[in-house]
Amino acid sequence: MNNKKTLATVWLDGCSGCHMSILDMDERLLELLTHVDLVYSPLVDNKTFPENVDITLVEGAVSSDEDLHKIKMIREKTKILVSLGDCAVTANVPSMRNPLSVGAILERVSDGSVIRQPADVPLLLANAQPVHNYVKVDVFVPGCPPSANVIHSILMDLLSNRKTNINKITRFGA
Amino acid sequence: MNANNLNNSKAQTIRSNDDLLLCAEREKDRQAQYKQNLFVCMGTACQSCGSTEVLKALSSRIKDLGLEKDYLISPGGCQGNCSQAPLVSVHPQNVLYQNISPQNTNDIIGSLKGSPIKELSCDNQSSFFARQTRIVTEYRGLLNPERIEDYIAVGGFSSLLKVLTQMSPSQVIQEITCSGLRGRGGAGYPTGLKWSTVAKANDSQKYVICNADEGDPGAFMNRNVLEDYPYKILEGMTIAGYAVGANQGYVYVRAEYDVAVKRVENAIKNMQRLALLGNSIGNTSFNFNLEVRVGGGAFVCGEETALIASIEGGRALPSPRPPYPAESGLWGHPTLINNVETYGHIAPIIRNGSQWFANIGTQKSKGTKTFALSGCIKNTGLVEVALGTTLREMIFDIGGGVPEGRKFKAVQTGGPAGGCIPESQLDASIDYESLKSLGSFMGSGGMIVMDDSSCMVDVAKYFMQFCAAESCGKCIPCRVGTVHIYDLLNKITKGEASLEDLSQLESLCDVVQNTSLCGLGQGAPNPVLSTLHFFKDEYIAHIVDHICPAGACGPKGQDLRRPACVL
Amino acid sequence: MRVVTLTINDQLLSGRDDETILQVAKAHNIQIPTLCQLDGLSTWGGCRLCLVHIHGSDKLSPACVTKVTEGMVVETESERLNKYRHTIVEMLYTEGNHICSVCVSNNNCELQSTAQNLGIDHISLPYLYPSRTVDASHERFVFDPNRCILCTRCVRVCDEIEGAHTWDVAGRGINSHLITDLNEAWGESTSCTSCGKCVEVCPTGSLYEKGKAGGEMVKHAEFLTYIEEMRKNHK
Repeated sequence: MNNKKTLATVWLDGCSGCHMSILDMDERLLELLTHVDLVYSPLVDNKTFPENVDITLVEGAVSSDEDLHKIKMIREKTKILVSLGDCAVTANVPSMRNPLSVGAILERVSDGSVIRQPADVPLLLANAQPVHNYVKVDVFVPGCPPSANVIHSILMDLLSNRKTNINKITRFGA
Repeated sequence: MNANNLNNSKAQTIRSNDDLLLCAEREKDRQAQYKQNLFVCMGTACQSCGSTEVLKALSSRIKDLGLEKDYLISPGGCQGNCSQAPLVSVHPQNVLYQNISPQNTNDIIGSLKGSPIKELSCDNQSSFFARQTRIVTEYRGLLNPERIEDYIAVGGFSSLLKVLTQMSPSQVIQEITCSGLRGRGGAGYPTGLKWSTVAKANDSQKYVICNADEGDPGAFMNRNVLEDYPYKILEGMTIAGYAVGANQGYVYVRAEYDVAVKRVENAIKNMQRLALLGNSIGNTSFNFNLEVRVGGGAFVCGEETALIASIEGGRALPSPRPPYPAESGLWGHPTLINNVETYGHIAPIIRNGSQWFANIGTQKSKGTKTFALSGCIKNTGLVEVALGTTLREMIFDIGGGVPEGRKFKAVQTGGPAGGCIPESQLDASIDYESLKSLGSFMGSGGMIVMDDSSCMVDVAKYFMQFCAAESCGKCIPCRVGTVHIYDLLNKITKGEASLEDLSQLESLCDVVQNTSLCGLGQGAPNPVLSTLHFFKDEYIAHIVDHICPAGACGPKGQDLRRPACVL
Repeated sequence: MRVVTLTINDQLLSGRDDETILQVAKAHNIQIPTLCQLDGLSTWGGCRLCLVHIHGSDKLSPACVTKVTEGMVVETESERLNKYRHTIVEMLYTEGNHICSVCVSNNNCELQSTAQNLGIDHISLPYLYPSRTVDASHERFVFDPNRCILCTRCVRVCDEIEGAHTWDVAGRGINSHLITDLNEAWGESTSCTSCGKCVEVCPTGSLYEKGKAGGEMVKHAEFLTYIEEMRKNHK
């Protein structure tokens, strides 16, 4: 019988830097995988988010209707939701568009030629927002990106029910 | 040259009590020459309802009829019942005419010889008038605010000459202390104590400031008092200058109070003309001068340290106290700052004695206080009552209650730092302590009555918008916190808030109240806290049921989140 | 001047009676957070982070302006103070557009380190996302109002130390903002001496030198204490 915990990672509006940082754990990844099963992630092939995930790491801000739909679904299926990195925690770089209107942004990026929202592209929300503005978040890990060491110690602490003093090891922009 | 002119030239200045009495006698004689004296109210409310035209029409008609020697037409002060503006009073007939227009000129003049016109008269014996106790607004409507002689004829400046010639500065302070007078700007700090602190400060240069930067929504007491009794306020300031050892005073009036500014400037000129300001006042060694400073229109200018910064020519920003202005105020010198109404009490206390004053009011709140009654009430206007009067007497006996068909809901006192008091607490007495215990505040005297069509969340939102807009921006909790509180209230009134938002609202109120630099920020959460205390069910209705029970935030009973019908 | 003894956080300390609680605390290595106070400039009292409890007073007192007195008992830490400081710093983060990761002052920023020291790991208040325009018209420096916390250190240093008074605050409430001269572009300023003092005292990346990339801007406000010392001796 497998009594390993399940781990998922998701990538919303972010640069994937936090996922790169996860990979930076290098050989510690192998050790980690003796404690957890990675059940859903941009790094693995599973296409549907499974039920009852123990820990989900979220990278990225909530910027589009698709992000919003995803994060609500993920919250329902996750026990411990972790906002990983500044985009998830503060909306960071994606939020730099917020003082501008969505219309102005679309016009700018399409050089004025595309006026209508393309049907296959998710609708941008009015603002890119931190994850906790939409769903309850259990653990916040600031940093851009949080280092591999930080991610490792957070995960090890969560797996052994230890409380982490986040501010001792990372901060906004770190 | 006749005897009268000779007299005038002889009494160009007032250097002694005899000069003062002479001037008073002459003025009384002048007034007695007339069969009737007509006063047309020239307060802001009456003027905006056309009293200037009434005054013109009456004067020219009297002139046309050749009756100038029989009837004296004067611009008068406010009668208090501003909802019936324009008002004209006739003496000694003792009639008060209401809602007068130039069309009534002939009727009024016709009635001067006979009996008053019933249809135009207002019952000046009604409880609106009878239940008031007048100290600051004594001789209401019977003084021409432009003429210094009118004020002298009713005993004006006798207190000033009395203190200058018969009392030492410490005796004056002793008298004010014994009277129990407390600051009428709202906080209720003992006036005598404030004066003695400034008096004890060791500096050869001291200042006296009159705070007339009244900015509370719904408040117009200071405006009214300054417009009608400029001499009384300036006399009070001059006495204060003598008591604390200052030789210069400033009246800081907000720029919007056009009439008040003109009248105070005129009053200062007249006092200087009679040597009641300047050097060697009353032939003593006391020198004192006054100047008007017109405010820049920011609410925070009413905060004393910000007011001082504004007089100095800087940005009106409050600074942390201590040091209090009493130690280090205007240009770093000890400075006494009192509200208009506080100065309005000084001359009467000196004239009648501290004991007389201490007998009016309650144990801890002595004397009278003016209030500006406004909102959903029959008798809008300015009233002065003894402290200790209950809110119920104020609203229902004096104010006449809410208009027919409506139901009283709450009364807001204390301005943006005040609170909303519900029906169940109306038997509370109006004094500093009792209003504070109800989560409200005496404030400068605004009293806004609301009926059942007012939503308490919406009211709190209104005041928060005011505070956010008027925040000076110096300290973070007030600058940013008020905006967050406003946004949360806005979310509630749109039916979009959650119970977590409500607890965040409460938490933010706690932060802003306890960490803001000055009274504006510290008081800003009060309207929210007091409505949360007395009307929490209304907040819950907006949040849980998404409806506004009063029907102010959206149609009654309808889901606030429902988008408005586009058809 | 007199020497007084007082208690801060159960420690018995001494100080001069012309010193503030903040000064005495600092001299004894007791950290009280502040963002507007800076040694060598006049006190401002606007950030409210240095509020402390003084026994016998029901109001909190700003440590930067409150002078020490004999027998005073001060608490600089409590759950309540921590909540207040936490919320005030959160307010600053929501008021501007603070994107630490791309800021020239990343890792050298007083707002950032204050947030970290206070244990802030996310901002629970909603961000306001103001729209503010960067002024890069000066030949050597940039003013990015998105990162400004209105501590007015630049205003004070320019007025009190440099004597130029190029900087001031315009607008009120949430619309308060820094201006140069009579709200002209900084590069056009006729009063600015380009001394760079404002840049050195700025606690965030709001004022910085041109050519500095993310995390490269390190400030040196220490010069103020030397100037203060020299001016004192000059008297």
